[in-house]
Amino acid sequence: MQDPCQLVRKTYGDPVAEDLRFVVKAVVGEENFIDMHPNKSNNYCCGGGGGFLQSGFPEARRAYGALKNKQIVDTGATYCIAPCHNCHSQIHDLSHHFGANYQVTHLWTLICLSMGMLGENEREYLGDDLREVGL
Amino acid sequence: MAEAAIVIGEGRKSFFMDKVKEILPEGGNLNLCYTCGTCAAGCPASGLEGMDPRLFLRMAAMGMDEEVTTTPWVWMCSMCQRCSYACPMNINIPQLVYYARQAWPRDKRPKGIIGSCDQALRTEGNSAMGASSEDFEFVVGDVLEEVRESQPGQENLTAPVNKHGAMYFLNQNSREPVTEPDEMVPLWKILNHVGADWTYGTLGWAAENYCMFAADDEAWERIVRNKVKAVEDLGCKYWLNTE
Ligand code: SF4
Ligand code: SF4
Repeated sequence: MQDPCQLVRKTYGDPVAEDLRFVVKAVVGEENFIDMHPNKSNNYCCGGGGGFLQSGFPEARRAYGALKNKQIVDTGATYCIAPCHNCHSQIHDLSHHFGANYQVTHLWTLICLSMGMLGENEREYLGDDLREVGL
Repeated sequence: MAEAAIVIGEGRKSFFMDKVKEILPEGGNLNLCYTCGTCAAGCPASGLEGMDPRLFLRMAAMGMDEEVTTTPWVWMCSMCQRCSYACPMNINIPQLVYYARQAWPRDKRPKGIIGSCDQALRTEGNSAMGASSEDFEFVVGDVLEEVRESQPGQENLTAPVNKHGAMYFLNQNSREPVTEPDEMVPLWKILNHVGADWTYGTLGWAAENYCMFAADDEAWERIVRNKVKAVEDLGCKYWLNTE
């Protein structure tokens, strides 16, 4: 899971990062959650913030994001949860650009999936393994 | 191996950094740097445009105003605050970057950011994608109706707009209503499930604020004030911004 800089480091700090982990583990199962390093308030920015997505420097933006991409790939996880719009757009693009092919989902998608209330049209960011689950 | 020293021209004075120091509380600690490099080591923007946060700060301290206020690197720093968080002297480099952005003439700043800021200023919902409030309200109603009709168990789903006295005023990033409206639904379901009393508004509904990234103080303040007004007009207690 990506700790959004805006939410964690810049606003509520490690306590909200713990809250996020509590929710994510409840949703995906503790054994399926793996942290990247560094994380929480020390996490690296994905490169989607500060207007970078709209600034017209896509190559620099992806070079910036290479560190984030590596962090995610190193976990071996098949899903990265991005609970922020900028993070989601950027990391989704990184996965694609670097051919890493992990899925990048919003947190709301997985919460609804785990509660059995995710509709058919709300699965854009799920992989084939989860796309049919609970339908 | 020692690198060649940078020779500073005679009589150069640090106008830019002095100015920034005057604005920041405690001068942003900008003159406390002892060049340890912790900031640069943890900055993903290090190396882009041959720049990194320590170098940027040193150049500003040495009065290299021309370089500091023209390098495109300031648009590649994401203002993530990893540097200042890790810095032993708590030096506020992102603020220095922000003011360097401000040193750019507005029409020379990145078009995508300025364009998004201007769109937001033009619409009452402050949508950086220029979506009108009527369209937003229509899309919300349309998607809601479809879900209620087609998804068993969601017959009572709600997505109120301009509901007076609701507890929570919720912003929505323009990306959903404009390009992927179905992505709004999971959040509605969660709010509905926990029994939250919430509402969207037609005024100031968009979550994003590109004017802040544009370093346009007057514009981003206008947008924030418009959104605060939206929350207050509806008498909501909490403002939820999903950005
Ligand atoms: S971490 Fe702080 S003290 Fe160290 S080089 Fe960077 S700004 Fe200077
Ligand atoms: S705020 Fe800017 S300079 Fe500091 S770590 Fe983040 S990208 Fe680097």
